[in-house]
Amino acid sequence: MARHEGRGMASVNYPIGMNLGGDPSQALIHSNPDGKFTVALSAIDLGQGMKQVSRQIAAETLGVPIEDVYVDTADSDTGPHDMGSFASRGTHRMGNAVIAAAREARGVLLDAAAEELEVNASDLVTDGRGNIHVRGAPSKTITVKATAQAAQFKQGKTIAGRGIFLIPLSAVDAETGEMNPNTAFAHACLVADVSVDDETGEVTVLRMTSAYELGRVINPRMVEQQLVGGAWMGISHALYETPEPYYPNPEHGPRDFNEYLMPGPGDIAPYHVTVLERPAPDGPFGGKGPGEMCANPVLPAIANAVYNAVGVRVDELPITPEKILRGIRANGGVKPGPRRGGAVNWR
Amino acid sequence: MLEMRKDLFADERDDNLNVVGKGVQRQDAPGHVTARTRFFDDHAFDGLLHLKVVRSPHHHARIRAIDVSAAERAPGVKRVLRGADVPVNKNTLLSLINFGKDDEPTLAVDKARYKGEPIVAIIADSEAEALAARKLVRIDYEPLNPVFDVEEALKPGAPVVNETYPGNYFEYHQRFDHQKLRFGDVERAFAQADHVVEHRYQMSPIEHAPTETNGTIAAPEHNDRYVVHSCAQGLFFSLGTTAKIVDLESNRLHFIGGTVGGGFGGKVDSLSEPLAVLGAMLTGRPVRYVLDREEEMLYGSPRGAERIYVKDGVMRDGRIVARYIRSYFDAGAYTRLSSYAAIKCTAHVPGPYSIPNVASDIYVAYTNRCPSTAMRGFGVTAVDFALEVQMDRLAEAVNMDPMEFRILNAYRDGDMKAHRRVAKNTALVECVQVAAEKANWPISEQARRASSLTEGGGERAQIPATPLDQRGQIGRPESRNGPATQTLPAGTTRIALSKQPVFEGARDSRPTPVQVPRYEPSPRQEAPRYDPAVAPPLPAYQPAASPPPAAPPPTAPAQPQHGAVRFSSVFGTRRR
Amino acid sequence: MAKLPVQFRLNGSDRAGFVDPAGNLLDLLRRGLGDFAPKYGCGQGTCGVCTVLIDGEPQLSCLTLAISCEGRQIETASGMADGPNLHPLQQAFMDNFAAQCGFCTPGMLTAARALLAKNPNPTRDEVVEAISGNICRCTGYEPIIAAILAAAAGGAGMRRA
Repeated sequence: MARHEGRGMASVNYPIGMNLGGDPSQALIHSNPDGKFTVALSAIDLGQGMKQVSRQIAAETLGVPIEDVYVDTADSDTGPHDMGSFASRGTHRMGNAVIAAAREARGVLLDAAAEELEVNASDLVTDGRGNIHVRGAPSKTITVKATAQAAQFKQGKTIAGRGIFLIPLSAVDAETGEMNPNTAFAHACLVADVSVDDETGEVTVLRMTSAYELGRVINPRMVEQQLVGGAWMGISHALYETPEPYYPNPEHGPRDFNEYLMPGPGDIAPYHVTVLERPAPDGPFGGKGPGEMCANPVLPAIANAVYNAVGVRVDELPITPEKILRGIRANGGVKPGPRRGGAVNWR
Repeated sequence: MLEMRKDLFADERDDNLNVVGKGVQRQDAPGHVTARTRFFDDHAFDGLLHLKVVRSPHHHARIRAIDVSAAERAPGVKRVLRGADVPVNKNTLLSLINFGKDDEPTLAVDKARYKGEPIVAIIADSEAEALAARKLVRIDYEPLNPVFDVEEALKPGAPVVNETYPGNYFEYHQRFDHQKLRFGDVERAFAQADHVVEHRYQMSPIEHAPTETNGTIAAPEHNDRYVVHSCAQGLFFSLGTTAKIVDLESNRLHFIGGTVGGGFGGKVDSLSEPLAVLGAMLTGRPVRYVLDREEEMLYGSPRGAERIYVKDGVMRDGRIVARYIRSYFDAGAYTRLSSYAAIKCTAHVPGPYSIPNVASDIYVAYTNRCPSTAMRGFGVTAVDFALEVQMDRLAEAVNMDPMEFRILNAYRDGDMKAHRRVAKNTALVECVQVAAEKANWPISEQARRASSLTEGGGERAQIPATPLDQRGQIGRPESRNGPATQTLPAGTTRIALSKQPVFEGARDSRPTPVQVPRYEPSPRQEAPRYDPAVAPPLPAYQPAASPPPAAPPPTAPAQPQHGAVRFSSVFGTRRR
Repeated sequence: MAKLPVQFRLNGSDRAGFVDPAGNLLDLLRRGLGDFAPKYGCGQGTCGVCTVLIDGEPQLSCLTLAISCEGRQIETASGMADGPNLHPLQQAFMDNFAAQCGFCTPGMLTAARALLAKNPNPTRDEVVEAISGNICRCTGYEPIIAAILAAAAGGAGMRRA
């Protein structure tokens, strides 16, 4: 009866957006008479942060403070078509559509400001704090608010923009599988440290250490939300979850949260993430999308760590105590692998 | 804990942005903490009715007769719906993009194909009355033999799960019972490899388990329309699916959603919206259809099971020279999105590694279980599990450190991928290096010096000569072991590069923090009208460097890529 | 079915309704009284998204008969803020990015509020114990635990809970 520690790793990449393309997103942006902007979308926020990502991208592109932008989603009467929130496509596809819409609206805004200031629009810059300046002549300035009022009530201009982003659909070759799948890929590597009880077969995840390359990070706190929550889901997938524990036998499935097991707040492991940013050439500000991939490396890293700890390969998920105990018995006992490195370089 | 490594790839970014890259508060956070956020079920309606469905207790059964007369007379019951009441009672989710044949009823009519399949819907004044009336529905079943194992289902003589696909497999390109990937000569490479390692991996189904279960409230609205409070992950996807099933023009549906209590892929299928709208149409009252937790757990579609066989050839020095994958997606009784996942999976093989010979055969098999659907990491999660456990085994077989083994085989900028496109913007090597450093996992100086920017391309950018085959033709299971039929010469491509958006403005925001996708040829000289500080436009963005010209003419004509490309032209399948 | 009257205080106001004898408090609060803070997640007492305070104790409103609440004090997340001023727990949840989809948040806040009312300086283990009946599928719990500890450190438990 003993606990055995082990360490395993895995590295993965993940395609951003619908494979093959063919998944458009649209955005509309307009300004109130006082220069406050509304972004109208039909995109879905299921917790991943679609509203805030769109808001930051719109504010950055418009060149106005973030408080001056609100995102309204999703009402089919006001928000134009979007394929939906899946395939890690939100930031990449909708982000690009929002940029296009914001850029068009910004164009009208600067045109209106140019008319008020009697300069060329190409000489104007925004400061992100609600002002428009003439480049090189900081005293010559007008607020976004005054510009919007002038545009609407004096010049008869609508400060608005439309945006769409589409990577057109690719064909697939029947015989070779040749295709144009995705243009942006994110990357990750994750190390899991586990402890395996050779009497109960129970696996405890001691800590995890990872590095993710996600293109431009639009909001690091929200990336952290995705990566930390996704890693928890990865542990859950690796060790606990399935509605068919004896698959392909369909019987004996759980019916509720008493029977469908997931790690609780007392079962979580310390986790350190390092984020790298290699901007995607076609991403919004180079952004990719961390939403889906963040559970993927956890599953094999834990499986490999279990092997390193006790010498048992569990090739069928989830890695239950029963499978580990059967494996130890089949091997004639625990067979630990080589020790890999020392204490982690964090916390 | 999250740490940013701004030093890596720093020359590819301009970090001088106002708000992008800042950890500012979420727009929706105040609503969440004050409980003012409104989810689909957080809307009050006077005269709200409740819908519950009667589900099949059998995995596979013929439906001989349905008697709803007692249920119709039960207290509080306003309407009982059967398949015949559904205007278009056969659909497949991806019919909106013309991919696959309609194969799934909203309410089953002649046959139940999985345990839990909806057959009758009851609409009553209260949930309790709907549930009580549910027990009064009499359905006469003739149980049929079910099939649960994906490989058993594909054998000749197996029970037919879904008559739309009588071989129990999704039909690709109107030719094959699976999707192929062929790149190089894997058989020859296996013969020359120092080690060949082959293993079977399996992922069981997984439930999305969002804390908010699936559901919809639909109500008659002014202007002869219906307002629909939906938890769909794709608002217009769900609107379009509903419009088709209830046979309404899209502008008579007003969908409101966008704030969803967790999805993870489990709210793509649009199972509750059509029935709720149909109920509102037929009763003239608001109808609420919400899955209870047991329904969500058992009959809300799961992440499908996958069985994956991986065979690798590796040399003593650690280089992987061949990889072959045969994989089975368990679609359950209906297609939903599994057909798409197999294509995505094909594009993902062989993982983030540069392997000169790669082949795969990906099957979508029908079984008598709840249809599976998308889930976080769709088409990739299970393959990554299989590939990365296999990588651990390969490293052990050649006595290499697993980290160093990954770095040695990692794809680099300029490498040709198995689907015949060049890898760009890669960063696997750096992720492995940083994770090793933070985890204090020692790696060699050589591994620490490796880079995604170097060692790729050149010979690794070539498309090898590739044997082709006609194995696995539709309706001809005996063809599964056929010989190679021809060899595609080195350098051949058959699929035109997709027309890609052209980006105005400097790459990654210098000096103006904007990239704008456009679809016309780049205007070159003309400065964009509205931008004050535009940089010279970049050359048209292309997804991959042009591959070397094919020596002989391609054996199949390239698909035209202009105009509205539909999946029907991709796969040659049209919906019924 | 004959309906029964029930009257209680909800977030400091007198409220009343008519309920089925077997009707639960969750349905009364949501459908009867329009307080959508408690959510339906399972109806089985296994997920915690319907958590409310009854006389200061955290209770699962899906398992509580509405008629058993006669004359009691019921508090939901809707009543946590003091007018426009957020409760320190609410502020801590924002500061720590402890809400993603937000569906479990009202129940989590309520469970945390009950904890801090009794134990203004909980340990991490005590926080974990207090929210162990509340399922979150998004966050991995760590930001929620951090938020509750931060609120406690800021003196949240010393205030009116």
